[in-house]
Amino acid sequence: MTTKKRVGTVFFYGVAILLAVIALIPFLWMISTSFKSRGALMSIPIEWIPENPTWDAYIKVFSKFPFAKTIANSLFISVSYTAITLLSAAMAAFAFAKLRFTGSRVIFGGYLATMMIPTQVTMIPLFVIMTKLGLKDTYASVIMPSIFRPFAIFLLVQQMRTIPEDLLAAARIDGAGVFQVFRKIALPLCIPSLATLSITTFMESWNDYLWPLLMLGDKDKMTLPIALSTLNGQYATEYNVLMAGSLISMVPIIVIYIIAQRQFKSGMMAGGIKG
Amino acid sequence: MNTNTMTRQKKKGKKRGSGLLVASPFLLPSLIGLLIFSLMPLIISGLISLTDWNGLDQLTKPGFFQEHFIGLENYKTILSTPEFWNTLGNTAEYIILYIPSMLAASLLVAYLLSRPRKGIGTFRVVYYIPVLTSWVAASLIWKSVLAPQYGAMNGILEFFGIQGPGWLLDEDWAMPAIVLVSVWKDMGFFGLILLSGIVGINKTYYEAAEIDGANGWTRFVKITLPLLTPSLFYVVVVAMINSFQLFPQVMIMTGGGPNKATEVMVERIYQYGFRYYRMGYAAAFSWLLFVIIMAFTAIQMKGQKRWVHYDD
Repeated sequence: MTTKKRVGTVFFYGVAILLAVIALIPFLWMISTSFKSRGALMSIPIEWIPENPTWDAYIKVFSKFPFAKTIANSLFISVSYTAITLLSAAMAAFAFAKLRFTGSRVIFGGYLATMMIPTQVTMIPLFVIMTKLGLKDTYASVIMPSIFRPFAIFLLVQQMRTIPEDLLAAARIDGAGVFQVFRKIALPLCIPSLATLSITTFMESWNDYLWPLLMLGDKDKMTLPIALSTLNGQYATEYNVLMAGSLISMVPIIVIYIIAQRQFKSGMMAGGIKG
Repeated sequence: MNTNTMTRQKKKGKKRGSGLLVASPFLLPSLIGLLIFSLMPLIISGLISLTDWNGLDQLTKPGFFQEHFIGLENYKTILSTPEFWNTLGNTAEYIILYIPSMLAASLLVAYLLSRPRKGIGTFRVVYYIPVLTSWVAASLIWKSVLAPQYGAMNGILEFFGIQGPGWLLDEDWAMPAIVLVSVWKDMGFFGLILLSGIVGINKTYYEAAEIDGANGWTRFVKITLPLLTPSLFYVVVVAMINSFQLFPQVMIMTGGGPNKATEVMVERIYQYGFRYYRMGYAAAFSWLLFVIIMAFTAIQMKGQKRWVHYDD
């Protein structure tokens, strides 16, 4: 029995470690490559650990490209995007879950139905509209769509429905207006969902590609994924530069993940459907 | 009880009158968003798909629609080109390779993480790192890993005495390589969804099976898998929708090549719309994508009766 158990343990960790190695090898390769000089990229045999590690690639990323600006752009856009998503979705969710009005069900159903529309269908007219309004190459063009995020609304409606009606009624009797009830009672009670949602929304916005690619052509306005794909066009085979950029783009999100693991865990269903 | 319902009814009646007025400030932002970012573009996109618009003429020009209207011509043209069927074939290849391997990898991740072993928290973090990475960064990293001569992949294969293929530069290997990247990136994501399904399974089933002498594998096949089918169904539906929308991996790693081997629908829509400015054609392409996704999702919803077990 004990040997059988021991075999089981060895087998378990063997498989788990193998899978971890598969998950991590590309990142180790990325780190190693980012410290190589241009010549070392094409050395045979492969230098698994760079023999003469240099910061060349990092210097190049920041000097040939406004990469510091790119990081700031990404932060600004993702934070604004997340804040607007939370506020707009929480307001709508409050209306659907806690206010009674004619057409409530129909409107909510309409919101949910739009989740089925692939972004590719709406992106061409939106591109035209944004260009027409002079919003191409502005942060606003990428941030504004956050005002309507049906999945976020859906998630928060579920949460708001669990708030006992009596709690709201009591506040109303004490003379609180609807806005006060929303701000002082409904919102605080939704904090767990809001936390989860803020992290998944931030990650989505941080990593988004297609829409920012259409909107942000100006180097000074680009987010990290767009800057990386531009670098890919310019330095197609200079992998040290590409890897340095990739590594930098990953750091913030990994730091956030390690700090807020619990929200991620409960939030992974939330990101299930990519827009 | 009786008075209670009465007051509730009264409240309901009172609220209904002023309901919309109270609710509208809360709904206003999202309603405006719905109109601008969803409904209006949806309608305009449908209209554009019926024109030969090349992005030059102003959409708002008087008589624009009469001048450019060509009916269903775009759709007919797309469906008659070998290109469209090639993109569908490539997508089919992706789905056939991706869905089973992704399911196997995600199930493995979920199973490992469901075991109460020491250090499992660390493994969870490690398996999730690819999920946190953006598609662009992941694609760049793998482009470097898969570089035929100087990449890590063929270096490792060589260590085992295997001569690796040209991967992204090889017509036959480019799509499998993209599948490999997608599985690597998605296994942690879908793995955690399946994990929450496994955690939700009633423990008494396992206890009963243990008394009956079922071993680990039998328990997994006879209990875990059937009771996990609702989660598996969700995963397959989402993965299928994502597969039809395959894009960044292709854009970054192959650009549709070599020799059109990885051209897919969204990549084509992007090229037609924003490289060649054939907006009408691209819009029609996007509507075909929409219809295909709806059809496949509907088929899966219908088919779920056959294999999804809901535990009551």
